[in-house]
Amino acid sequence: MRKLWRGSGVHLGLCFLSMFAMIPLLWMLSVSLMSPGEASSFPPPLLPQNPTFDNYRQLFEYSSMGRNFLNSLFVASAATLLSLTFNVSAGYAFAKLEFKGRQLLFRWLLSALVIPAQVSMIPLFLMLKGMGLVNSWIGVLIPFVASIFGIFLVRQYALSIPTEMIEAARIEGASELRIFRSVVLPLLKPILITLGLFTFLAAWNDFFWPLIVLTDSEKYTLPIALASLSREHVQDVELMMAGAVVTVTPVLVLFMALQRFYMSGTLAGSVKG
Amino acid sequence: MTNWQQRPWQKAPGMLVVVVIVLSAIFAACTNGSNEDDVLELKFWAMGREGEIVPELLKEFERENPGVRVIVQQVPWTAAHEKLLTAFAGDTLPDVAQMGNTWISEFAALAAIARLDEKADASSVINERDYFPGIWATNRLADGLYGVPWYVDTRLLFYRQDVLRAAGIVRPPRDWAEWMQVSTAVKKHVGKDNFALFVPLNEFDLQVSLALQQGVPLLRDGDRYGNFSSPELVAALDFYLDFFRKGLAPPFSETDISNVWDEFARGYFTFYLTGPWNIGEFRRRLPADMQDDWMTAILPGPSGPGASTAGGSSLVLFEHSEQRDEAFRLVEFLSRPETQQQFYEISGNLPPRRSSWRGDRLESDPYVVAFREQLERALPVPKIPEWERIVQELRMVTERAVHEKWTAAEAARELDNRIDHILEKRRWMLAREGRGDS
Amino acid sequence: MKPSVAGWLFVGPALAVIAVFFFLPVLAAFAISLTDFDIYALADLSNLRFVGFQNYADLLQRPLFWQALRNTLYFVLVGAPLSVMVSLAAALLLNGQMVRFKGFFRTVLFAPVVTTVVAVAVIWRYLLHTRYGLINYGLDWSGLPIVDWLGDPRFSMPSIILFAVWKNFGYNMIILLAGLQAISVDLYEAARIDGANARQRFFHVTLPSLVPSLFLVGVLTMAAYFQLFAEPYVMTQGGPIQSTLSIIYLMYEEGFKWWSLGSASAVAFILFLFMIVAAIGQLVVMRRYGSGV
Repeated sequence: MRKLWRGSGVHLGLCFLSMFAMIPLLWMLSVSLMSPGEASSFPPPLLPQNPTFDNYRQLFEYSSMGRNFLNSLFVASAATLLSLTFNVSAGYAFAKLEFKGRQLLFRWLLSALVIPAQVSMIPLFLMLKGMGLVNSWIGVLIPFVASIFGIFLVRQYALSIPTEMIEAARIEGASELRIFRSVVLPLLKPILITLGLFTFLAAWNDFFWPLIVLTDSEKYTLPIALASLSREHVQDVELMMAGAVVTVTPVLVLFMALQRFYMSGTLAGSVKG
Repeated sequence: MTNWQQRPWQKAPGMLVVVVIVLSAIFAACTNGSNEDDVLELKFWAMGREGEIVPELLKEFERENPGVRVIVQQVPWTAAHEKLLTAFAGDTLPDVAQMGNTWISEFAALAAIARLDEKADASSVINERDYFPGIWATNRLADGLYGVPWYVDTRLLFYRQDVLRAAGIVRPPRDWAEWMQVSTAVKKHVGKDNFALFVPLNEFDLQVSLALQQGVPLLRDGDRYGNFSSPELVAALDFYLDFFRKGLAPPFSETDISNVWDEFARGYFTFYLTGPWNIGEFRRRLPADMQDDWMTAILPGPSGPGASTAGGSSLVLFEHSEQRDEAFRLVEFLSRPETQQQFYEISGNLPPRRSSWRGDRLESDPYVVAFREQLERALPVPKIPEWERIVQELRMVTERAVHEKWTAAEAARELDNRIDHILEKRRWMLAREGRGDS
Repeated sequence: MKPSVAGWLFVGPALAVIAVFFFLPVLAAFAISLTDFDIYALADLSNLRFVGFQNYADLLQRPLFWQALRNTLYFVLVGAPLSVMVSLAAALLLNGQMVRFKGFFRTVLFAPVVTTVVAVAVIWRYLLHTRYGLINYGLDWSGLPIVDWLGDPRFSMPSIILFAVWKNFGYNMIILLAGLQAISVDLYEAARIDGANARQRFFHVTLPSLVPSLFLVGVLTMAAYFQLFAEPYVMTQGGPIQSTLSIIYLMYEEGFKWWSLGSASAVAFILFLFMIVAAIGQLVVMRRYGSGV
């Protein structure tokens, strides 16, 4: 009896926390379906009186949300590809290839994780200005190309690859590149998905850097467009909520589909090296 | 790991790559599709509501100039200044832009915007003598003309006639003392949940206007130091702060009031200090049965009708643009009296030239009368590059003074400190120039 | 090709990118912080002056800087522990033996973490609206006085902390949950045999075993919270009366609004310094009290 009571107490707590987590998101969805001005009344309505997709229509027809959506998709996808290209080989090498100065280098990299990225951004902007890359896709993508965290993530996972497998391939005369491609990469698949997912979400959600480096609204990603919309259309709550739905839904769906990888990445990234 | 290989999403990385490549290809196709070789693209940045409206006007321009396509980019007003500076820093400025006329000296000092004297002299459309002199003057710096006025903007009072009548007041206030009396009477009438006046704390226009009304310079010693600690300007700040001290105005910024038009209609405030573009918005957004209840009134001064800022937006061309001739044609198009009248009809923005006012609509519009009178009294703000930063400090200091119950003198001292710090570089550069001359 | 050569070739591209686009800029940022690099210098480099540590000295004299620092520390010192506590509570609940639909709850509680800050900040700005927000409606309904959340400088930072807790608690929850699951059942059994009650088991078994995880979570959260920016940018624009202006927001305004790049770089370095001090401080505390670290 007491056990049962405690079990329901735990469930009550979980339900309460879940409501805390979910109500803002559900409310966003509800308000996005209301007609203009409907949410600004007292008491605040929980559900739309006559659900309508007008806000979404307005968003895509009169503002450039459709364009921004494509921009975000492109930036996040390209960032993912770049990150996989650069970080995976480095992470593998730090785990499994002996070379001079490896330990020292890796320790240096790890300690650099303390440096907040914002410190580098002013000179980075000036560098890009020098190269004529402000307001370009390359400019937005540069911080995502190589990441210390990404290298770390891959390295931790690659440590679990049995060295004998690599040695065996070497004895058979396979080149290091070939070993990487045909032996290592297949084994790294789960962490590749994790790293890809992390990068995609980070690039999709990123705000500070694109806010600085993108000056042309044609090139805005969704968060920048939404922040701009929310400053310009303070009064159009329903429209903004529709914008929020459009921004949040893709990452939520992606997370739901691949959450195992996300969770394992969260843990792998938090193991101290 | 073996467990993982049996999962259905083991193909995910491969599929992801394919999807990405396909999407990127589509995206690249979309990006390039719009660039036809023989069409010249003009980039035009317009702020706020103007950015939404102007494409409508430009259809005619594109009909007249088949080889030119105008790409309008809308920039929110709250981010406009920083966006322009960022674009200057990153070499990504457009060809033409709308620019607040108080920013012109800043962008001219940076050599970002182009001098327009030759083009304006040669133009058959733009005729200096047709423009209101005060507004034209804001575009002319010591070494030449840097902008063509697009519309004028000055702040005055929008108010509820019905509420004033109900509170027993026959006409809007003319001077400061009357304004305070009327506000007190209105506040008494509307009760504790409503207010007499709404001056958003995130704006600086009223503070600047009240200071200008005092007739002393806002900066001293050749614009090298702040002058807000002078008794006249302290008095102006004091008058401003009084509205909040006495609870006549709510200490809110624009974002705290989700929809100013709804709140105005509900009677949350009776006076609202804002600009001409709101004539159009009020017509559009206030309920039909309230259209006879609102009116505009000139800003009260210390003794009798007072001055306000000679604000507004100008059209500027950028130094780096290689299409300045075409861009100037766009400026000319937007400066035509008939275009300006059409612009007024859609937006409520008031034209800067007399011939544009000669339409029926402008002359017969009762809401515009106060603006025309106010424009006669418009005064310019100091033309120095640091001005935008200074007014932002003014806004921050007055906001703090409202919240922390500072006296006007305390606020003025703090403000002058901040201004003197901002102007340090200017003093250094002026001193260096001085040395260079001698 | 020898593995050692291959090793360098494999790490080469990534390291080169990090060196050129991260380490070099960090060094350059320090150099810039010693100049009065501003918009005039951007237009013409002859307007640049070397000013030594003047930018730092100026900042230390500006009330706005101290306010930004206070606000950031407020956010970090109140927000981070609060986030970790909520995370711990969620993890403990999820770790309960008789919990059903564990996966469902985990997903739901984690969902806010992956959402876009800007988008959910837009939602919260309206949830916290004085007159039409759900939160004030709830307060009013339960007979409590309503609060001007984002307009009153006393409540603006707590509002942002509330939002940050909502947004982030799921992340730490996952790490702490893994930590809880790693605690050996034998330890609990032994404690039970010794007659420890639930509370004693929590304080003498669970908490000490969790110290490494808690330390890690604390460091991660503090480092992240020092970089507060998007939340106030969207919800309050740093106001009212700069009560939500963070260090990064100040750097953004100095640097990318007014283009006083020298001063902005100095702000960034001071933030960096604080983050190092905070990390070391936490390490010291944990060394003293924690066993397994």
